[in-house]
Amino acid sequence: MRVLTTAVAVFAAAALSGCATTAATSIKPAAGDAAKARSLPKGLDSGRGEDAYASTYRPLPSRPTALVGATIFTGTGEKIDGGVVLIRDGKIEAVGAAIVPPASYDVIDAAGKFVTPGLIDAHSHLGVYPSPAVPAHSDGNELTDPNTAGVWAEHSVWPQDPGFNLARAGGVTTLLVLPGSGNLIGGRSVTLRNIPARTVQDMKFPNAPYGLKMACGENPKRVYGSRNRAPSTRMGNVAGYRSAWINAADYARKWDDYRAKADRGEKAEPPKRDLQLETLAGVLKGEILVENHCYRADEMVQMIGIANEFGYKITAFHHALEAYKIADILAKEDICVATWANWWGSKLEAWDAVEANAPMIHAAGGCAIIKSDDPDVIQRLNQEAAEALAAGRAAGYQITEGEAMKWITLNPAKAIGLEKETGSLEPGKRADVVLWDKNPFSIYAKAERVYLDGGLAYDRRDPRYQPKSDFELGQGAGR
Amino acid sequence: MRELFVSLAALAAAVAGPALAQSVAITNARVLTAGPAGEIAHGLVLIDKGKITAVLDQTTVRLAFAPGTQVIDAQGGVVTPGFIAPNALLGAVEVRSLGDDVVANNPDIGAAFDVQYALNPASTLIPVARMAGITRAVVTPISAGGGGGGADFHADDGEELMTAGGGGGTKSAALFAGQAAVIHLGEATDILVKPKVGMVVPFGDGGANVAGGARGAEIVALQTAFRDVRDYIRNRAAYDRAGVRDLALSKTDLEALIPVVEGRMPIIAVVHKASDIRAVLKFAREEKIKVILSGAEEGWMAAREIAAAGVPVIVDPLSDRPETFQTLGASLENAGKLHAAGVTVILQGSGGAHRIRELRYNAGNAVSYGMPYQAALAAMTINPAKVFGLADQVGSLEPGKDADLVIWTADPFEPLSQPTAIFIRGQAQPLTSRQIELRDRYKDLSGPYPVAYPKP
Repeated sequence: MRVLTTAVAVFAAAALSGCATTAATSIKPAAGDAAKARSLPKGLDSGRGEDAYASTYRPLPSRPTALVGATIFTGTGEKIDGGVVLIRDGKIEAVGAAIVPPASYDVIDAAGKFVTPGLIDAHSHLGVYPSPAVPAHSDGNELTDPNTAGVWAEHSVWPQDPGFNLARAGGVTTLLVLPGSGNLIGGRSVTLRNIPARTVQDMKFPNAPYGLKMACGENPKRVYGSRNRAPSTRMGNVAGYRSAWINAADYARKWDDYRAKADRGEKAEPPKRDLQLETLAGVLKGEILVENHCYRADEMVQMIGIANEFGYKITAFHHALEAYKIADILAKEDICVATWANWWGSKLEAWDAVEANAPMIHAAGGCAIIKSDDPDVIQRLNQEAAEALAAGRAAGYQITEGEAMKWITLNPAKAIGLEKETGSLEPGKRADVVLWDKNPFSIYAKAERVYLDGGLAYDRRDPRYQPKSDFELGQGAGR
Repeated sequence: MRELFVSLAALAAAVAGPALAQSVAITNARVLTAGPAGEIAHGLVLIDKGKITAVLDQTTVRLAFAPGTQVIDAQGGVVTPGFIAPNALLGAVEVRSLGDDVVANNPDIGAAFDVQYALNPASTLIPVARMAGITRAVVTPISAGGGGGGADFHADDGEELMTAGGGGGTKSAALFAGQAAVIHLGEATDILVKPKVGMVVPFGDGGANVAGGARGAEIVALQTAFRDVRDYIRNRAAYDRAGVRDLALSKTDLEALIPVVEGRMPIIAVVHKASDIRAVLKFAREEKIKVILSGAEEGWMAAREIAAAGVPVIVDPLSDRPETFQTLGASLENAGKLHAAGVTVILQGSGGAHRIRELRYNAGNAVSYGMPYQAALAAMTINPAKVFGLADQVGSLEPGKDADLVIWTADPFEPLSQPTAIFIRGQAQPLTSRQIELRDRYKDLSGPYPVAYPKP
């Protein structure tokens, strides 16, 4: 039965491939030089076609704006009392204590209030596990093969998930949406600007690098072990990763050979495009960031070994509840840790959590991140960061609020490859800004205004800037 | 201003006999009593033999402490009663994926399922919860399919085991999920305080699931079960002779439900949607039974009816998403609106086990969204004490009650505040947990010996 299925699949793929090639040839005949390789239709040319799912994000309208008199957490570790933030043309123009706003600017009196960069969630499943959480919406885990590197989270995102609006009200302006953790290799992530949109393309962060979700430990071995197939153990997991990278390297070499020949004008047969291997090859070439779900310290070090074996870099470990045990190694390897303060105990690999995980990474000189992985926590990343900060102080670490603010701003920006664009209030960066009514490390703080690219995206006092998703209309009696 | 000269020994004698070595005086504190005395800006609390003997305004008295009294200067910090967590799973679950002791799947033991026999005082979760100021908890069975959504394949990572308030698994098919028990979180070999404080019953989608798929069938099944219990009470002898018709439930379940039909044990009704809440209120009225609503995300939409029925409500104040079609109206203002309507509100943490320590932050969020501060404090102290029949022992700082209290550096709802002392029944608790031991083991990674060797 399995053999038959495979045969049919191969036949279908070949037929489709041949068909597309024929059609393209008839539209665009090969160049006169018969020896030269024909250019492939873009959908069949690995890595050369333009992005069929390109960002169509358009910033909201913005006006020159000055936020005046607030305590500013810059996101770079600094805190400025009584400061001014100038926004112009969607960018941060200036940040400082002694700035006089130009006359033409909209001046927001922020005295007694707080300003931070827009918060960034480096680990979300909004849109792929939306609310309501019904089977019809559950699109985050393609649990059909241990390696589904070919799937892209953006093809699952439901832009009408009410969770996006709730996250924005909590100050979240950018988020990395990942596929789930049931596979060794789950697929590509997508980075979103948190604005209401009809399509996911309208939300896509322009030119953001792709990420690859990988998962260690209990999830893949449970999902596939329970089906009596590999992997059913952690050693099976590792064999699965290594096999995947061997295949990916082989695939990358075939395409490199083909390109070299084609560029020299030699006759060459293009390899068949393979979505799974293409994503993995993108990692090996350094174009795609590895976001690795992993809890245990010993397992993270195994993953570093695999990365060294095949020559790729792990950008961040996610969850990583035992990161504090290897804080020195993670700092030396320059691998970020995206974790929580309070979550633990759902399974054995989540048993050795400590509340001070992020502060211990920070204290070792590493890149600590507080993330949500949850549609509720994403609304209160500042509170989760406050809980981590408190645990760090209780452990004896001297950590300022300014430094802790990096855990939900600049550090996640780094982990998703966008630290040059957002994550801190520095001139030239996108004007992603949150105005808080109180110190955001207080449980009572609420985001009053949220700006994306300088445009007012949310205003707690003005219903015109409190968007509702299509799903929320006419439901829930006045919600 | 009255000037009193108070001797601890004299006070202690009045309440609990002569002062002994375990006498404690906590001075220089902002005392949030959650009792009739309200907030005392510069207060002191006296403890003797496990009981609170006095709660006083320090500006109106001068003290002379009896020899042997331990004096703790709170340094301007806050003293609160220990928090009481409802819908808890403490002592009944360790690692969620490895199983738990709060869901029974036995056709003859539904209502009779009693969590009091599952309690593990050595659970590592208990010190973690205690460090968040929780000193008592209502351990509550999980009802079947209460969540209603049920399709979350992402329950792999941080997600918390759901509680009687928030949903549940689908293992059980019983109309009744079982009986709750109150525990204390002190160091002891026996943590049970009071068993049989409530009977968990799922309504809404969860109730429909256990009754064959429809809400209307569930209520009818419950009516049938309660009628059988009443028949059984009248005809026990006939039952024992096998002289009665077949009844809907096993004998053990019939027995377990007697206190419910007699109005001595409340049902903890797991219910989310406004229409289902109204159905529960109607059902309870018709059956003349006591009810506590649990979940009640759309409670604010029926707040006046709930208040008029005198029914208390357990809510998670963070529920604000249309997580299922039963919670389309979920709102951060739910707790505040219920309180404003006159409902007795009880706050719960974000789950009942590992994340229960977030209870104090949830209270802070309730305050942010409209609940008065003192009401939020009451909702995690005196309200649960009253509702679960513990108000003569705990829930407020009043003379004669058990000395369950916490000294905080500042406002306990704030993450940046920390406990500096925790007393349960007058006994100082260790301010540590397995997590803190792990933390300290790995703080210094530079030693020549592996961390597993105790450091010199």
